[in-house]
Amino acid sequence: MRILVCVKRVPLTGGKMVLTADDQALETRHLGFTISPHEECGVEEAVRLVEEHGGEVTVLTLGPTEAEEQIRDSLANGADRGVHLVTDGEEWDPQGTASAIVEAVRAEEQAGGGFDLIVFGNESADSGNYQVGIRVAYALGRPVVTGLKGLSVRDGRARGEQEVPGGRDIYELPLPAVVSVLEGINLPRYPSVPAKLRARSKPVEQVTPERPAARLEKQRLVVPPGQGKQAEILGEGPEAAPAVVQMMREIGVAG
Amino acid sequence: MSVLVLVEPAEELSLQALSLARGLGGPVHALAFEAAELGAYGVETVHVAEHDQLSSYAPGAWAACLDQLVDRIQPGAVVAAGTNRGNEVLAHLGARRDLPFAANCTAVGSDGSVTRVRWGGSLLEEARIDSDLKIISVAPHMVEATTVNGGTANVESFEPDLGEEVVRVSGHEDTVTAGISLAEAKVVVSGGRGVGSADGFGILEELAGLLNAAVGCSRVVTSAGWRPHTDQVGQTGTKVAPDLYIACGISGATQHIAGCKGAKKILAINSDREAAILANADYAVIGDLAEIVPAITAELRKAQS
Repeated sequence: MRILVCVKRVPLTGGKMVLTADDQALETRHLGFTISPHEECGVEEAVRLVEEHGGEVTVLTLGPTEAEEQIRDSLANGADRGVHLVTDGEEWDPQGTASAIVEAVRAEEQAGGGFDLIVFGNESADSGNYQVGIRVAYALGRPVVTGLKGLSVRDGRARGEQEVPGGRDIYELPLPAVVSVLEGINLPRYPSVPAKLRARSKPVEQVTPERPAARLEKQRLVVPPGQGKQAEILGEGPEAAPAVVQMMREIGVAG
Repeated sequence: MSVLVLVEPAEELSLQALSLARGLGGPVHALAFEAAELGAYGVETVHVAEHDQLSSYAPGAWAACLDQLVDRIQPGAVVAAGTNRGNEVLAHLGARRDLPFAANCTAVGSDGSVTRVRWGGSLLEEARIDSDLKIISVAPHMVEATTVNGGTANVESFEPDLGEEVVRVSGHEDTVTAGISLAEAKVVVSGGRGVGSADGFGILEELAGLLNAAVGCSRVVTSAGWRPHTDQVGQTGTKVAPDLYIACGISGATQHIAGCKGAKKILAINSDREAAILANADYAVIGDLAEIVPAITAELRKAQS
């Protein structure tokens, strides 16, 4: 199987949202970065499918130069090669992102053969637009199912499971297909030191696409009210237990 | 400006979407898949779609219904609830028509500006939609589902032109869940890195048992494999809304707060007075949770005996 996984570099936000002076972005000078959680599970799912069926996992990201870090992390976790659509750090809207990915997929497929499966995260942790995978699927004319908590492949078909109240809904679709997954579909592995070293020499191709004008155009970011209330300290250590139980009674949750 | 709203079967959040849609002017048209009494929510016409291809949920078929109603009604906006299906179907519609789609909006201005949630609600974005037809989903629980007096909706049958959809719900498996569901529990006792190990959750389980509570955890805990992902409270886990949320040894990353801010009250038990969770909590106890949690359990037992 040839599988493509699309991932996004996002900041590890910690306890508080702090914006840049122009309200255009999060202040990330003191933050680390990671792969958006659903996509991290997407990489793991793709690697497991290839471990089971054979094949190759390509990981793609659209992001600044530094996003190579997230590609290398994916390569350390078992992906075979990377494609980096390098941006200048400016945010891309969902339609622009999808077109750049579609173009890259077409080029990749022409050079190396078709992808049986293209895997996305259901939504990115930061912008949460819920649509890039679906747009890519439409442009490529492939079936798409989203929000999967279970995925398996047999005889050229994918079986996806969605968690719904009371159970799981099942989808079956022919390959090639596009899917998006949710965190919890698996527990991603931690890379070993040798795997991290091997990842350094795996191939990463760089392409610099042109950013189209945004049609969902960010004006500014706003920190919602409610951050920064001050908790009433009920006490310190086990001696606070009576005060806690008193509070529980007052709000009606303890007998 | 007329508005077309996707009304999902038995989905309360669709009623919130109707409230936001009504605020855009009107008249409001609804696409429904079963007879629905929506006049009280300000709907002028309910278009009840009927077709063999709609026998089970197929996102492409729902989007095709919206697409065809857009051609017929020529609305200024298409609105749905920001549910899994609402967001999925509107993304399909956006892709079909190559139009922008703004997911999880909390407000829409008459000039086409929207406010939408990012980071699971920890941040807001003000954005503009560059399109005559605005495709918008409504963030859950950010808009109240209000009714209007004396409204009666016209109900019209609508027969869409649908091809065969390969992507559809083709089966369902029931899962048996034991205990109290995290999403519905009145009290949640939740643990983070500070709990220290999978075994460390024993004292949380015990307290939860006394309070008829569900046990939750932070993302760090599921990543470490101490608890299953089904227990995770957060942006990428379950969103909870209990009367009391007890956060034990949880630092309070925005990822976690996005999942528990719906709680009426939050009690933080933490050794670090400076932890971010304290800025999101109503009450706090400072100290070692391994001593404090059993002390609360003992105090409750004493009170109950």
